[in-house]
Amino acid sequence: MSLANLSGIARSKGDPRVQHKGPSSLTSADRLARALGWFSIGLGVAELVAPGRIARTLGLEGREGLIRAYGARELASAIPTLSIDKQAGLAARIAGDALDLGTLSTALHRDNPKLNNALIATALVVGVTLLDITAYAGVKGAHRRTRGSNRDYSDRVGLPRGAQESRGLAREDFEIPADYKAEGRLADALPAGSSETNSEG
Amino acid sequence: MKALVWHGKEDIRCDRVSDPEIEHPRDAIIKVTSCAICGSDLHLFHNLVPAMLPGDIMGHETMGEVVEVGSEAKGKLKKGDRVVIPFTIQCGECDQCRRGNFSVCQRTNRKGELGDKAFGHRTAGLFGYTHLTGGYPGGQAEYLRVPFSDTTHVKVPDGIEDEKLLFLSDILPTGWQAAVQTDIQPGDTVAIWGCGPVGQMAIRSAILLGAEQVIAIDCLPERLSMAAAAGAITVNFETESVVERLNELTGGEGPHKCIDAVGTESHVSFGQPDTLLDRAKQMLMQENDRPHVLREMIYVCRPAGVISIIGVYLGLVDKIPMGQAMNKGLTFRMAQAHVPRWTDDLLRRIEDNQIDPSFVITHKADLSQGPEMYAKFRDKADGCIKVMLQP
Repeated sequence: MSLANLSGIARSKGDPRVQHKGPSSLTSADRLARALGWFSIGLGVAELVAPGRIARTLGLEGREGLIRAYGARELASAIPTLSIDKQAGLAARIAGDALDLGTLSTALHRDNPKLNNALIATALVVGVTLLDITAYAGVKGAHRRTRGSNRDYSDRVGLPRGAQESRGLAREDFEIPADYKAEGRLADALPAGSSETNSEG
Repeated sequence: MKALVWHGKEDIRCDRVSDPEIEHPRDAIIKVTSCAICGSDLHLFHNLVPAMLPGDIMGHETMGEVVEVGSEAKGKLKKGDRVVIPFTIQCGECDQCRRGNFSVCQRTNRKGELGDKAFGHRTAGLFGYTHLTGGYPGGQAEYLRVPFSDTTHVKVPDGIEDEKLLFLSDILPTGWQAAVQTDIQPGDTVAIWGCGPVGQMAIRSAILLGAEQVIAIDCLPERLSMAAAAGAITVNFETESVVERLNELTGGEGPHKCIDAVGTESHVSFGQPDTLLDRAKQMLMQENDRPHVLREMIYVCRPAGVISIIGVYLGLVDKIPMGQAMNKGLTFRMAQAHVPRWTDDLLRRIEDNQIDPSFVITHKADLSQGPEMYAKFRDKADGCIKVMLQP
């Protein structure tokens, strides 16, 4: 049962219920960005919680602190990636991918007994980087202001009698309601007939 | 029927849903002829408004024809009546309605206990909005059930096209109230932040109400061109300093009246570092709103001036310079628009050719194209300022 149907318990009897879902406003790039955001959270938590195990698996012993910092970075980039500002999050992820690849490259030497693991991890990061770049380009393309967006609406006056002729037109038959008055002169607040009132005119 | 349904952040779909049914004798059903996407719908689109549920039908700018009337509404409505539906649902009988404060009607929020917890005291039921305001299905659909329909409608005459009347539902009375709230006096300079649809209506309202100088602030050239069309002086905040320009235009005194037609989603840019901080806090759920405009208005407003807030705010805001506001003796007025308080007068002004709100429509589409129009409106693509949808 979908969430849209489950939420029916919060509706009253006569409220319409979803019978058939139509196509979404989300683009495929939006969905990919969302998946990458959740992936960031998963990887970030793993790097924060188990940096020692990750370091041993890759032959990167002694780099546990760095891996933990990368976990925090993953979580930090996940937040914008999952937000409506996906582009910023994905850009941060691509920069992070470069750091990951740089760090993994230090494990790609014959003396590393876990060289195979490091190679697999490098291949995975390359794959994820390509996905990040694809999502970034897709999101940027889908949500940009297209050419021709700067239209000229200088003929859209909205005041059929003309802008200048309309100035103050409503004052002829509309008075600001008493509960909306914000202006007032000292003279208005003084008792009628006082000298200040007279001098204020 | 077809309806635009919220399924989550940035996920609006044109779904097939069951038809609405009369639930209460004061209900009516209307066949929607036109509806629109509002700027505040984008706050829902971005999932910034709490208590939305997947399956909620969007939309609070709606008009149409009455097709079914509950027994207690028959004295006021009949089949075939052409009506605009205010975005606020009002009973017309409670203490707040009697005072004209329709957007805080005490009886129409059917989830009033949630409203009490969220706001301290409940506000009116709203169409197509959060469950904190009743979770009523909205009008971006083929049919709409109107609760309290005997008091929640504006009858409109035949012979005037939908394009001129639809915005009596929200943005025209909202822009009007924004201007009325400032108590404009002849000779006043009114500065308006945000040239979206509500800002555009506020500009024209301020002119009709006699403001000597109206200054419109935005960064999008197409919006600024529309503002200038009505005689506003425009300020592009991406290319010039708002504070310096406003002082220059007011002999160093600052505007008498300031209107915030932006609200919670203030533009984020490196030129305005506070907006970057606000956006980061918003992402981390440390702050609900990005109140850059509010800060700027307080700073630049003339002492003893008036600040009118009509752009929607959602919850907690940080770094509001209350000290400046207090010491300058500023007056603050704010509210969701009390729509029916102004609609009779505004309908007459439309009939009298004083204002033609259709100027703001830049895109018309079939309801089924709603999801892509949401994205287009959000991205400000293709010169999009206002989208009108027809089922």
